[in-house]
Amino acid sequence: MLEKFQEISDNRHQYAQDWKARTGKKVFGYMCTYAPEELIYAAGVLPVRVLGSHEPQDVSERHIYAMYCPFCRDVLAQGLQGRYKYLDGMVMGHSCMHIKQAFDSWVTHVPIDYSYYMFIPQIVTHPKAKEYLTHEMTKFKENLEKGLGVKITAKALDNAIDVYNTNRRLLREIYELRKQDPPPVSGSECQDMVVAGQLMDKAEHNKMLAEALKEIKSRAPRKPGKRLMLIGGECDDTGVAEQVEKLGANIVADDLCAGSRYFWNEVVPEKDRLAAIAARYLDRPACPLKDVTSHRYRLDHILKMAQDFKVEGALLVMQKFCDPHEFDIPVISKFLKEHNIPSYFIELDVTFPEGPLRTRTEAFLEMLELETV
Amino acid sequence: MQNLYKTRPLKMWQKAKELRLKFFKDIQTAKENGKTLVLVDSGSFIELPAGLEGHACLEGHPYGATVGMDLDFARECAEEVEARGYARDLCVYTRNFWGSMFRNRYYFGGEFPRPDFCIKRSLCDTESKWLQVCCEHFNMPSFYIDFPLYPDRRTGKEDIEYLATQMSDCIEWMEKITGQKYNDDKFIHAAHNEFRTTSLWAEICTLNKAIPAPLDQKTIYTLYFPTVVSRYEDDTVHFYEELLAEVKDRVSDHIAALATERCRLWDDGIPPWYFLKLYRYLERYGAVVLGSIYTYTLHGAWEDQPDDSWGRATTPEERGMPLKTRDDALRALALWYLEKPIYPGMCLPGPKSEQLLRIIREWRIDGMMMHMNRGCEGLSLGAMEQRLALLKAGVPVTVYEGNSADKREFDENQVLDRLDAFMESLGMKKLDS
Repeated sequence: MLEKFQEISDNRHQYAQDWKARTGKKVFGYMCTYAPEELIYAAGVLPVRVLGSHEPQDVSERHIYAMYCPFCRDVLAQGLQGRYKYLDGMVMGHSCMHIKQAFDSWVTHVPIDYSYYMFIPQIVTHPKAKEYLTHEMTKFKENLEKGLGVKITAKALDNAIDVYNTNRRLLREIYELRKQDPPPVSGSECQDMVVAGQLMDKAEHNKMLAEALKEIKSRAPRKPGKRLMLIGGECDDTGVAEQVEKLGANIVADDLCAGSRYFWNEVVPEKDRLAAIAARYLDRPACPLKDVTSHRYRLDHILKMAQDFKVEGALLVMQKFCDPHEFDIPVISKFLKEHNIPSYFIELDVTFPEGPLRTRTEAFLEMLELETV
Repeated sequence: MQNLYKTRPLKMWQKAKELRLKFFKDIQTAKENGKTLVLVDSGSFIELPAGLEGHACLEGHPYGATVGMDLDFARECAEEVEARGYARDLCVYTRNFWGSMFRNRYYFGGEFPRPDFCIKRSLCDTESKWLQVCCEHFNMPSFYIDFPLYPDRRTGKEDIEYLATQMSDCIEWMEKITGQKYNDDKFIHAAHNEFRTTSLWAEICTLNKAIPAPLDQKTIYTLYFPTVVSRYEDDTVHFYEELLAEVKDRVSDHIAALATERCRLWDDGIPPWYFLKLYRYLERYGAVVLGSIYTYTLHGAWEDQPDDSWGRATTPEERGMPLKTRDDALRALALWYLEKPIYPGMCLPGPKSEQLLRIIREWRIDGMMMHMNRGCEGLSLGAMEQRLALLKAGVPVTVYEGNSADKREFDENQVLDRLDAFMESLGMKKLDS
């Protein structure tokens, strides 16, 4: 069962086009997980995340400054290369400059029927943020209704919230199993599940997750190994986790946007559905750009997760030139050290070099062994 | 050199330099003069602390740029920051500022000034994270204002309310942490000055549409400085009123910034501050650089004019908005900031291409040079797309790579070679060769 998630990830375009053919509905793309998927889903549209292809390319260089991250150049390249011709729209939830650039270049150069940029407050803890984001959600809803010629009903919103919350609950349940020592499921398998979820109809993903959950519960535990956590920026290449785990470690937790940050919290229902969705996006585990006040909520969240999952070491992974994470990683590294959790920094490019990654991770694992001695 | 026009030094030049020095000295002496020192991000709502009794604003961008002119000091700052694990490709102003702060060395002498509190506005990715570290370093209280960024100018009731209520909360917060009674009259006056300064600056820049251009970019870098740091002060308004009168005189008397003006260029982004002589180098071709979106709009207030041209914005008071109470001033300020034309380009870069094409037409520009600045990713947003848009419109463009305040990433000879090739492609020859 678990292999099916990776199959969908590998055949993401086929999946989306098949879905479109069998449902007769539209498909929208988004790049950053701050796009409010529930609203898109409630409009009868399938939201799919445009993730990295992890293939070298030469088409986005003339559109994006070379100092911007490889991820934003990779996703734009796929649009320019025509790999997403089936998309009917693109939606952007205000996040980092690099993704904004990729989005802007996409809607400028790739033929698309619908696009929408939505502001998401940066000071997510601000007392007025929820009210304002609710207002933004209302504007987006109205724009979707107008652009698609549909009415997004309360019933459709309730259904979307329910489907997405079920998805989050199932993924949390699977993640919970990783607290076992050794865990019954690998980090790369878990990330395959999350990544597939970003590409699939959540109702279908939920069915697969329910089956996967049963399978994992009946499995024998993995071999014992150092319990690691992946922390950092956009890292949808599950090959990184796979390589690390081949060396005998178990990745038991993560703080990634192609990982737990995507699904960790649910929409808490309230009478005003849009306000409820707004609250969910403000309260979700933050990316560095939404964690800018003097109290760093990311640190609290990371530490709690590391403690709950009995993490022994952390790999800090980051897309090259990703400024928001470049700002946070030295702070996280120091913070983890203060809490006796060693960490190791790994910079990612469009592709990751397996050999150096293996050598460096081996050295880190050996260091962890020595610390145990 | 074959002069085509008369030229003469700008009378207001010395005054501009004095205002700049006063800004840095005010920060240095704030504590001994019993002033509250407020750390703000560049372009933040510096009018808000104006209601306090005696204050100075420590702004990071002007400081980071100034440090960048001293190669040794800047290198030491960069190395200090890099040694603490921060990446070399982070915003160079951040690194220069942090380096000074961590080393406790103020560039103008003495220890690095310790701010009393911080007012921070979310705008570019860097600024929020930059000041976060400063607040932690000084363990000082901070207030955060969330600024809604849109690709279009959005000034709906909810947007104004969102910003105005946050600023109102900020005032109450300042009263609480300073124990001072906030002076609304001073704040209202500061808001009035903000409107005056920024619209005056746009009016002055509009005069550069004239041939010959009365001002050049290298001079403008000094002239625009007070719009960044002290636009709410009486001295600043008076400075721009006098400058406007002088530039008007220069236009009517055909006084050129460059007597040999034969070619008009437009600039983009922040320059390499340690190598401003590149503008003088271009003058050898008879090329005058007229300005950039950065210098014209960072704190210039612009709007469409009745004749469809681009010119200074009508101030809230001129539009009939009341400015009698704190609430009046808050709402007028919120609207004013939301309308500033630089922000849409910092959200999604598309609109900036249109702005540039309009400038090229109205300021009668022959070509554009773009600094691909490794030191500021915020203002590099959209640069490559803008280059494509200009080329598509038939505007010659050259690009050079560097870093606005880290000379380790600047190749002087390569840049000059590139500029030579560009000028030759425009059919220009050095007038002194």
